[in-house]
Amino acid sequence: MRVSEAWLREWVDPPVATEELASQLTMAGLEVGGVAPAAPPFEGVVLGRVTAADQHPNADKLRVCTVSLGDGEEQIVCGASNVAAGQLVAVARVGAKLPGGLKIRKAKLRGVESRGMICSGKELGLSEESEGILVLPEGGEPGVDVRDYLALDDQVIEVELTPNRGDCLGMAGIAREVGVINRLDVCRPVVEPQPAQNSARVAVSLEDGEGCPVYAGRVIRGIDNTATTPLWMQERLRRAGIRPISPIVDVTQYVMLESGQPMHGFDLNLLRGGIVVRRGRPGEKVTLLDGREVVVDDQVLVIADDSGARALAGIMGGADSGVSNETVDVFFEAAFFDPLVIAGRARRFGLHTDASFRFERGVAPGNQLTAIERATGLLLDIAGGEPGPAEQVTSEAFSTRREPVNLRRRQLHRVLGVEIDDDQVTEILTRLEMKVRNTDRGWAATPPAFRFDIEIEADLVEEVARIYGYNLIPEIDSTEQLPVMPDTESRVPMTAVESLLVSRGFREAVTYSFIDPALHEMLFPGVEGLALSNPISSELSCMRTSLLPGLLHALKQNVSRQRDRVRLFESGLRYVLQDNDLKQEKCVAGLIYGDIAPEQWAQRAREVDFFDLKGEVEALLALTGEPERFRFEPAAHPVLHPGQAAAILRDGETVGWAGALHPAHQRVLDLPKTPFLFEILVQGVFRAKMPGYGEISRFPSVRRDISLFVEESISAATLLECARQHAPKVLRQVFVFDVYRDSGIDSGLKSVALGLILQDYCSTLTDGEADATVDAVKAALIEDLKVKIRD
Amino acid sequence: MVSDLSTLVGQAEQAIAGAASLADLDQVRVRFLGKKGELTGLLKQLGKLPAEERPKAGGAINEAKQRVAAQIDARRSELEAAELAAKLESDRVDVTLPGRGVPPGGLHPVTRTMRRIERIFRHIGFEVQEGPEVEDEFHNFEALNIPSHHPARAMHDTFYFPSGMLLRTHTSPVQIRAMREGRLPLRLIAPGRVYRCDSDLTHTPMFHQVEGLLVDENVSFANLKAILHGFAQQFFERDLRMRLRPSYFPFTEPSAEVDIECVICSGDGCRVCSQTGWLEILGCGMVHPKVFGHVGIDAEQYTGYAFGMGVERLAMLRYQVNDLRLFFENDLAFLEQF
Repeated sequence: MRVSEAWLREWVDPPVATEELASQLTMAGLEVGGVAPAAPPFEGVVLGRVTAADQHPNADKLRVCTVSLGDGEEQIVCGASNVAAGQLVAVARVGAKLPGGLKIRKAKLRGVESRGMICSGKELGLSEESEGILVLPEGGEPGVDVRDYLALDDQVIEVELTPNRGDCLGMAGIAREVGVINRLDVCRPVVEPQPAQNSARVAVSLEDGEGCPVYAGRVIRGIDNTATTPLWMQERLRRAGIRPISPIVDVTQYVMLESGQPMHGFDLNLLRGGIVVRRGRPGEKVTLLDGREVVVDDQVLVIADDSGARALAGIMGGADSGVSNETVDVFFEAAFFDPLVIAGRARRFGLHTDASFRFERGVAPGNQLTAIERATGLLLDIAGGEPGPAEQVTSEAFSTRREPVNLRRRQLHRVLGVEIDDDQVTEILTRLEMKVRNTDRGWAATPPAFRFDIEIEADLVEEVARIYGYNLIPEIDSTEQLPVMPDTESRVPMTAVESLLVSRGFREAVTYSFIDPALHEMLFPGVEGLALSNPISSELSCMRTSLLPGLLHALKQNVSRQRDRVRLFESGLRYVLQDNDLKQEKCVAGLIYGDIAPEQWAQRAREVDFFDLKGEVEALLALTGEPERFRFEPAAHPVLHPGQAAAILRDGETVGWAGALHPAHQRVLDLPKTPFLFEILVQGVFRAKMPGYGEISRFPSVRRDISLFVEESISAATLLECARQHAPKVLRQVFVFDVYRDSGIDSGLKSVALGLILQDYCSTLTDGEADATVDAVKAALIEDLKVKIRD
Repeated sequence: MVSDLSTLVGQAEQAIAGAASLADLDQVRVRFLGKKGELTGLLKQLGKLPAEERPKAGGAINEAKQRVAAQIDARRSELEAAELAAKLESDRVDVTLPGRGVPPGGLHPVTRTMRRIERIFRHIGFEVQEGPEVEDEFHNFEALNIPSHHPARAMHDTFYFPSGMLLRTHTSPVQIRAMREGRLPLRLIAPGRVYRCDSDLTHTPMFHQVEGLLVDENVSFANLKAILHGFAQQFFERDLRMRLRPSYFPFTEPSAEVDIECVICSGDGCRVCSQTGWLEILGCGMVHPKVFGHVGIDAEQYTGYAFGMGVERLAMLRYQVNDLRLFFENDLAFLEQF
């Protein structure tokens, strides 16, 4: 809503400057988005009277004008076709500065001297387009500054209204608020009823009385369709951001700006029979003012006549029933439509109009006839015509009656935390045009019909608070005792996971939760992803079923920016469809790519491999305090290399994946090196074991090694598991310290070296006991896994 | 014998002085003082002397041995010191060369900011809660007093799924879930991703919010003002003015937008604050009685406040990031600055 300050001050004129006025509005909840001058700066432009306009001797299209400027006459050459003797015009004198920095100088045009310029509206920055010079309405003497004459030294205040304040979508509402804030009465224009001069009328019936409880209309015949809208009205429309069109249209727009009540004008001679306000019929078409044809249905309220739907109620009129430059007989409409019946309908047709914006938010019911009278009065002044009777049809649903809302003094204090003087509360509510009655416990306030946002006590609390001033409400620290905060040791906090990864060189990425379906299909062929109905673009239309695609995309971006070593992680939800059920699972995923460390003088460069990745994952798993519960098993995963992929299991349940990117994907993504990736489920993995003390042996430990040959197919985990199972309990630890393959070994075999740490709790182990343990392990390995012991 | 002794001692002293290393010195020790050493040998010859001369000669030999031993010790100390000095010299490294290992990474600035916000509120008793991002209409809109026809819905630009589910447009659904669980009083912070169908210079289709909620008996707007002002001062680590402007959110009443004094220009007016001197940082208000109605909390007994802030906005102000889109490009050149 753009508000002319000068116009506003005709209604209510607080003794504060523009800046303060804007600040007042903002601090009362009507946020001012900006204040701009009504016209760009210019100077030296005065009223002039054209006393003669003669043909230029050397140019067909130029006139040589004599213009009286009060203090004398000037000869000015003018190129506009509409210039004529007798006109009152805006003259930029020699020395004038126009918007954009143009300076007016003496000139010779085709041999004729010209001292000044007769201006168009565009040249003065008053309109975007002009046809010819600006012809000003009578009422001023030549020589008067045009800025003064047109009251251009005005500011336009842009008010950004919240959706609950439909009542402020007109000057009446803004003026009311300014009055309340400044404790001033508001002076509104008096609307005189215009007596009917004939009996012309259009029958109106409300088929949908719920959707349209009241419809006011009036016929005005015999309008002078050559009349033009007066400059003051054009200026007010212009300052509100509305382009003047014709007196009939301008009057309806002006009434809307003034009162907030949208209006529409039909060309009477294009209507067929009476008006019916009803729901659209399936398949019914309306051609709108903007030329578009829309198909309506029973969700849409239409204004129809005997020939069918002619306009979208509360949204936009129809092209074949609207007023034009030829219109001489008009039918004015001012209706009230239920906000619920209008809401969302304009958007459905891709429309956004001043009318729908207001009706969606709620227009004052009961104000329709007043609007009709106001429009009639204005139009008669401008273009004459004979009005018929102003008529209003209402349905049973029509009511301007509102129930009183109670406001308890105690509740006001309790919610706001401040005590406000009773008289002040009463004054605030009264100035907001509520009927206020004192009660035992506070007030009973009946809101005016135009306040759709006041229904319950909290609404009144807010009204009092915002007018009282949020900034006068003190800051009070709560005196409540703080609760004791939980701090569980049964989960690994995400902050610990993040810290670990950060300390191990990972940068956190944040990628979109929706990804390119093509990337998804490549990485997870056949896996259905949840697709958005209205994505922002096709590349962001599929909810990720894994964090890996996003990380790979980020990797690729960085590689293309010449990064050859990348370590990224991300945490967040993945969205997995399973049996028509959506699972939103929190994951941590990461990737490592390129060298193990940045290039360094004392470290040999080496590209990361599977075991670097596994080390990272194992570090994460160790946060749980029981890494031994997790196992890595070779398993197939569509993203990963079949020979370098592991499922991560906790107690037999898959809780994550780790491995090299599948070479086929690597090729498509055009990555020169192999990325290694992991993804683990936060819920499944990050349960933490509470530490518990175990006895520490005070006796020395013994290390023994076993070297063996074993078939390639037998994994290290199987060897270790076998060793653990069969060793006496003095075996503290068993680990692989070497694996190698070479030509000296039978093909199909590998050499593995195991280290065993033996220790007892109650005595120092003897060589005999240690040997017996090692022999037991060897025997089990030979028996179960057919290993050959090397000597 | 005495002349032999003085000759020997003279030889020993010469040998000690000539020993260039600890090993040389040890050889000297063995030569003169070892079991078969030359001085030791003299002792063995004492038996050849007349009995009355033995004590005197023995004393002289022992004295000579001690003198030689002392000289060897002194020389050892000298040589050790020289050797240590040589070792220290040869061990010298260029301490300006970089160390080995993997340098640490870093958190994304959005996460860093969220964690900061969480910490500040945890200290005053707020618990962190999370919720689903694919939500239903009830939790995202209806329970928050935004019915389907409400104009506020148009402001939310919601992403929908064919099933009618949607991507949450704010983290407020988490407060609905928490309140429906019914454990009161309630103090929670809900950080997370939110989504709106909007993408331009100043909007990304995904961004982050932190929602806060406190429900208790007798919670007031004045308490809300105090906590938010405290938060803003802690977050920006400076004293700053704050103002609340009346605004409108369907789920709070009274509602307010919170402005702080511009942290760039301290309120003088600059490009970041559009010359107003103020920065809008969050929205807040008292929980709307209709929201309490939807979650089954008695609005007569309880009051509450809620607030919500945009994490990217705060991160941009805190770290002077001038382009929102940088947050989601994951360019290492950007990430490495945090």
